Amino acid sequence: MTRADSLASPARRLALMGALGLGIAVEFLGSRAWADSEPASAKKKLVVIVCCGGLDGLSLSPPVGDANYAALRGPIALAPFGQAGGALKLDDTFGLHPSLAATHALALKGEARIAPAVATPDRDRSHFEAQDVLEGGGGVVYGTASGWLNRALEAMGPPGKVKAMSMGPTAPLILRGRIEPVSWSPGGALGGDRRLPAILQDLYAGDRLLGPALAAGLSAQAMAKIATAEAASMGGAPAMADDAAAGKGRSRQNAPQARNLGATLAGFMTQPNGAQVAAVVMDDFDTHANQGAAEGRLALRLTQVDAFLDGLATGLGPAWSDTVVIMATEFGRTAHVNGTGGTDHGTASTALILGGALKKGGIVGDWPTLAQARLYENRDTAPTLDMRGLFKGVLRDHLGIERAKLDTLVFPGSAAAAPMSGVV
Amino acid sequence: MAIDRDLKAAISVTRFGLGAKPGEIAAARGDPEGFLAAQIGAEGADRPGATPERTVERFEALRAYQQDRAADKRAGGEISEARKMAGQAIRRDTGADFLARVQLGAATPAGFRERWALFWANHFTVSANKLATAALAGPFEAEAIRPGVFGRFEDLLAASSRHPAMLIYLDQAKSIGPASQAAKFRAADSKQNGLNENLAREIMELHTVGVEAGYAQADVTEFARAMTGWSVNAGGGANERGGSFQFRERAHEPGARTIMGKRYAQEGVEQARAVMKNLAASPHTAHHLALKIARHFVADEPASTLVARLRRAYLESDGQLGEVARALIRSPEAWDPASVKFKTPYEFMISSWRAADITPTDIAAISAVMTAMGQKPFSPPSPKGWPEEAQVWCAPDAVIKRMRWAEGYASDATGDRDPVKLADNALGARLTPLVARTIARAETRREGFSILLMSPEFQRR
Repeated sequence: MTRADSLASPARRLALMGALGLGIAVEFLGSRAWADSEPASAKKKLVVIVCCGGLDGLSLSPPVGDANYAALRGPIALAPFGQAGGALKLDDTFGLHPSLAATHALALKGEARIAPAVATPDRDRSHFEAQDVLEGGGGVVYGTASGWLNRALEAMGPPGKVKAMSMGPTAPLILRGRIEPVSWSPGGALGGDRRLPAILQDLYAGDRLLGPALAAGLSAQAMAKIATAEAASMGGAPAMADDAAAGKGRSRQNAPQARNLGATLAGFMTQPNGAQVAAVVMDDFDTHANQGAAEGRLALRLTQVDAFLDGLATGLGPAWSDTVVIMATEFGRTAHVNGTGGTDHGTASTALILGGALKKGGIVGDWPTLAQARLYENRDTAPTLDMRGLFKGVLRDHLGIERAKLDTLVFPGSAAAAPMSGVV
Repeated sequence: MAIDRDLKAAISVTRFGLGAKPGEIAAARGDPEGFLAAQIGAEGADRPGATPERTVERFEALRAYQQDRAADKRAGGEISEARKMAGQAIRRDTGADFLARVQLGAATPAGFRERWALFWANHFTVSANKLATAALAGPFEAEAIRPGVFGRFEDLLAASSRHPAMLIYLDQAKSIGPASQAAKFRAADSKQNGLNENLAREIMELHTVGVEAGYAQADVTEFARAMTGWSVNAGGGANERGGSFQFRERAHEPGARTIMGKRYAQEGVEQARAVMKNLAASPHTAHHLALKIARHFVADEPASTLVARLRRAYLESDGQLGEVARALIRSPEAWDPASVKFKTPYEFMISSWRAADITPTDIAAISAVMTAMGQKPFSPPSPKGWPEEAQVWCAPDAVIKRMRWAEGYASDATGDRDPVKLADNALGARLTPLVARTIARAETRREGFSILLMSPEFQRR
């Protein structure tokens, strides 16, 4: 049974209508002490951030201590630790991009780690293939029509509450599938004809596409009332409709909006019956030209990423200790700077893993180095860790999904990619 | 499958076209296939706007703005108010282009021709993700795409690949052959000094053969080398206007290239042209385009027999897109009574305006609503263009925003019109008894019209 079925009951719908029209309905958003009646695993939260366009891992977590880094990167190399605009130190080799100050503060507490040479099984350097493999979770392109995060929810058993949500007006592949997720973006507050939602729910009763979507959309609206109120109490600018999916603008002034969006997502996840799993898609990482170093195009985007993560971590409050956030991209970029001050499609990149639930430790996976002989096809960071192994490790150790289901249902045919231990 | 002529008329206007204006389904009823075929013409698709600005004019404004802005920065770092206003004026032009296209879509009696043009504009996506492409996205569509949508695909590919908007969008304009004369005269440490393979890759992957054709990274790099020199005339000379295609011989990588097993010994601009010619003629391209057309017009998972028909029409006509359009109209699979395509926000809004015979005028409002529904004007998320899948567009949040817009629009547009009649005009034989009954029972006229717009059959085509 999917969530949509449970929403079809008249009592349920009435409660929803009440939430929309009058504020808060007790049944739906009451202060039931849900944590007491559910297993500890129900408190665990997972956020997956997909960075579309091929996020340059060598800028996200620059290996400034690698002997070949500066020469390969030329004008887009980040300065060594301690210098103006230099990388923020993680260990002797790696730092974080200087735009990621809040993330770095978490890393110093052991609440953020990097996997610097991770890749999906796809090797074709096509955005669209690689995104399908990253979000679909199949070993090959077009291997699956649903997303692995949705199948992970299936593996967790029958949903009793709003299990999953995505931010942004359209549904990302990673959350598509049999479990109906909620999606939300700023700017949708309902006004006008209060009858119309109820009329449409009747009209959509036999519609397998529109029916569940409307039901989930209405419940998200009800939840948003709480979530945005909580985010507003943290201060900062309100999340505007234009910032859907964590802000598209490239201005540094958008950082408050990105922080607020992170806090809003936290509000969705911490309220009773809130989402346990969330997916966020960010785009505009395809830096073929004028990528910049400590300043520039990518730096501005990373400033927003950092603000979003900061808002999320702060907003989750005590729940942060039960949370894991994974930020991944479809592929990395060439180790060499290209002819137009940017980088082209590559192979391995960095995944960022954050959360109060992390185990302390250094980098996740091995670092192949940037020695010419070690580069993949003489051009890219070589992958040392299968992205699916990283995801599977977190799903097993954080959400308690058993290995057999991970190998077959969640990531079909992935038995050879062992779950990564020691992260959570 | 034999279907009722009333249903066929409704399908012709709502599925192949952009939705019915009052009376349109009745007009198509006599000969639904002929109604569509009559919209195919060698002159291509209509150009939006009464007096559209051309690429060269936009390019000049853009270039003046960028130069003045750089001068401001050199002078003191502050960008002057005049400059900010110039930048805003460029953005306003983009809005005007989009509004002209929306108005054409809302008014045109040739909805199929317009949908066909929109399909190809999306196939050759240029996204307004930077100021330069925002300024040029409208002229690109008007000059490079619309005239050629019923001509040979090879010519459309060349027109798209030569246009400054595409050359800038996919970073081709500044790509330089590593062994070219231009590279030799540049400082070795210059950061603007080399090959960019972005456009070459997307031509192969998205515009022509598709990734399943099985080419390798080396093929992409070779094609990128062949394309070096394809650039934009920046203007600035004594009596020279910028903003047109320019082949920069000095940036072209010398020598023969080998791409997907074929050797290209041509020199200069002809080399990449020869590659494009072969790519356009490839059966992989025929299949890739056939599948995409079938997905757009008929179903996210189209029948393989339909794809095969379109593929054959492409190959047998040497890539004449008018013939492919005719084959689509003749294909029985395309007239399946079950409407499974879920409208994109653009399609939903255009068909809503058509249903009430309204010409939209407020670009700021349109832009905000389309952005909220996930389809920001002229801004597809990637070179792949807007997605086709129903699951993408029918997300919970998007449905709420459609409902909200439908309510607001209906309260402005319904007036004293009868929503039952509007529904009949908009959907014809596709209107189900349940929806007709629900509309008839609505409390107000505008509620009835909202129900029509949000009904399962109006949300689909």
